[in-house]
Amino acid sequence: MESLERFLREHPFCRDLDENHLQLMVGCASNLRVDAGQFFFREGDPANELYLIRSGRVSVEFFAPGRGPISILTLGDGDPLGWSWLMPPYRWKFDARALNVTRALVLDGKCLRGKCEQDYKLGYDLMRKSVAIVEQRLEAARMQLLNLYGTHAEVR
Amino acid sequence: MTIAEPSTAALVTAHPMLPEIWRIANVRRDTSDTFTLQFNTAEHAGGFEFAPGQFNMLYAFGCGEVPISISGDPTKPNTLIHTIREVGPVTKALGALKRGDTIGVRGPYGTHWPVVESAGSDIVLVAGGIGLAPLRPALYQVLANRRDYGQVVLLYGTRTPADILFLKEVEEWRARFDLQVLVTVDRGDQDWLGTVGVVTRLIPLAQFDAGNAVAMVCGPEVMMRFTVNELVDRGMSKDQIYISMERNMKCGIGLCGHCQFGSSFICKDGPVFRYDAIGPLLPIREL
Repeated sequence: MESLERFLREHPFCRDLDENHLQLMVGCASNLRVDAGQFFFREGDPANELYLIRSGRVSVEFFAPGRGPISILTLGDGDPLGWSWLMPPYRWKFDARALNVTRALVLDGKCLRGKCEQDYKLGYDLMRKSVAIVEQRLEAARMQLLNLYGTHAEVR
Repeated sequence: MTIAEPSTAALVTAHPMLPEIWRIANVRRDTSDTFTLQFNTAEHAGGFEFAPGQFNMLYAFGCGEVPISISGDPTKPNTLIHTIREVGPVTKALGALKRGDTIGVRGPYGTHWPVVESAGSDIVLVAGGIGLAPLRPALYQVLANRRDYGQVVLLYGTRTPADILFLKEVEEWRARFDLQVLVTVDRGDQDWLGTVGVVTRLIPLAQFDAGNAVAMVCGPEVMMRFTVNELVDRGMSKDQIYISMERNMKCGIGLCGHCQFGSSFICKDGPVFRYDAIGPLLPIREL
């Protein structure tokens, strides 16, 4: 429990959280190790976890028939993985596969949602942090969508 | 009495629109739409001297002229190298040429990356797509004088693993202990174990002292704008950041006005600009 609390406190996602909120979150947390090639979750599975990556690399990807997995984002040390636990229908929209041995803290989404209902300040803080991550990734996705390096790009 | 033939350099100075004929020594296909032309300097006394970031006007006979950055090593003036992406009729015509064919070359033109001026600083090179080609000479020059610099970082983003330019060299650079190389692609495949995401996501991972660094950024303009924002968030000021601009150039020497950008001509006052000088103009859509 002590190490869980330390890992949580040291994770960038939890920076600036109130001490009592950290204590609440520890009650929802556990450790996880995922080997290379194994999945954190797969598209369509129920989404009831927030993963806070401590070390390793994770590919967020689609599987397209005839093309195989298409990676759209990789995450690593200090990154949060997954926000589908926040909103109904609580279902993963992508696959998440470990590219090498990955260690993470897992926060039980149902447990977190319950604590957020009881403590709106915790809910607000978690939502604010999650929206910041969503905003960063949406911006990145829009840039990828532009296909900036495509053949319409300028001659150099 | 004998009359000396005017030297080529004198001719170019006297007739800056007159291309010099260069013979292709080698053609290499880099990616599906990018190729590299290497020219034989044996027929050109003194070789070809240039500064990193400068460009030449390349003339595909009967087709047209395009500005192309020099991608070779400035410390080796016995080679002239251009890496070109096929995007229009002239670059496609250049891409169809073979060893022994000739083209017209005017240059070198434009401003250069502040490599020499940045001695004593950390160096951050951020390249997007074909933007690695104009930055490669800067990296060559830094590596040739490695002791003059602090941390040296190359951040490179491109479309897919198959689009990584200068792949063998990038792998060699990554193997060095005195250079941090981070590569990301917009879309990975099953075999790609590297990073997927936009190049700006690499900036927080780069090892440099923001207070004592010079950043040189080259890529599509949107990518450069976002990169500058991220570098500023990291603690750099805009006068520590340089970008290479691209506009429709015709004469290459500041006469025709095609590449006018505010009060500057990209061909003559650029293509390399310090960001605090050019940045305020970038959001102006009419330019």
